Amino acid sequence: MIRRLPMLLMLVTLPAALMFATADGAWLAQVPAGDHQKNNPYEKQPDAIAAGRIIFEEHCAKCHGRDAEGVKKRPSLKTERVQHQATEGDLHWLLLNGSMKKGMPPWAKLPDPQLWQLISYLKSLHE
Amino acid sequence: MTSLPTVAQERPYFVTYSHEMEEPGNLDIEICNAVGKPPGANRFLGSNIEFEYGVKTWWTSEFYMDGQATANDSTIFTGYRWENRFRPLLREHRINPVIYVEFENTSADKALREVVGHDGVPDFADPNWLARQDKEREIETKLILGSNYRGWNISENVIAEKNLSNDPWEFGYAWAVSRPLRLAASAHRCAFCTERFQTGIEMYGGLGDRYSFGLHRTSQYVGPAVNWSAPGNLTLSFSPQFGLNDYSIPRIYRFGISYEIEQFLGIFRGGN
Repeated sequence: MIRRLPMLLMLVTLPAALMFATADGAWLAQVPAGDHQKNNPYEKQPDAIAAGRIIFEEHCAKCHGRDAEGVKKRPSLKTERVQHQATEGDLHWLLLNGSMKKGMPPWAKLPDPQLWQLISYLKSLHE
Repeated sequence: MTSLPTVAQERPYFVTYSHEMEEPGNLDIEICNAVGKPPGANRFLGSNIEFEYGVKTWWTSEFYMDGQATANDSTIFTGYRWENRFRPLLREHRINPVIYVEFENTSADKALREVVGHDGVPDFADPNWLARQDKEREIETKLILGSNYRGWNISENVIAEKNLSNDPWEFGYAWAVSRPLRLAASAHRCAFCTERFQTGIEMYGGLGDRYSFGLHRTSQYVGPAVNWSAPGNLTLSFSPQFGLNDYSIPRIYRFGISYEIEQFLGIFRGGN
């Protein structure tokens, strides 16, 4: 029994460790290649960024904070992952599908142009 | 800090449900009214107040209280409903199913939030004192199918309702399509920007019951629908609807107003 203890411990702790390792940003690995490569038709357009800011304040700020730095357990949108690792296509996929297990609703009810405007604003936050 | 106007992006439907759930933590309070004049009966105003709460991203719960006023008759409370909607697929698909389960305890209801079985003009002939003796304790289920495509929302509902007394299962349907007048958002704040208006068409009706399935002796309605997402989390909706056969009320005018409280429980927890 004592000999089996390390094995048992590993069986118990490994799934938990994997869960923690993939808890944040696990969605990035789920984005299909086609979505990952999608281009934002409004990329860096000043009007789109201004419109995206309004959309952000109306729909996202309550959970992610007016400055997008997160509120309580809701994550910041100024992280390295959102600003640099994720492509605009990745963010579009996330907004469309949400991350429902983690409490992020899908925003497919917003028309596609508004999702892209919102992404333009989010990506402008690091500049 | 000034409060900012919010585009709630509600669909302009009165009867049809879309697959879109209430955002978790948000409470939507809505008053819906239906005005009609059935042939040979008095004009009525059916009304309900709804409290819709997003429990989870995949679970929305809603409580309704119904009432009605009939000309030359009386104004009465007609009952309550409690419904839950569950979204089994946690990603957006081409067609998104939602399961709807409702318990209702009503009598003499004229809010017409669904039409099933052989509901029709004869139901409106009785005076309120007589109609309210017919208690309807019912379980209602719906399969909601919804799609969003290039700004259009297409929603279909299949309804099956069972009175908990010994009545047979009754069936009905509803479908609707809608689209914002403009898909992209404006770069400046405005109350009357075209993207704040959604227009569409809604159609619904009964499909008979277990023993007489079909369109015979059923009422059917169709009409345009429009809503405006006003500043201050308000949405105003309107729809004139037209009966398609003699068993239907010729015209029903529906209007509604809803107010959304974001992160409702956060108010009590002292959150922002």
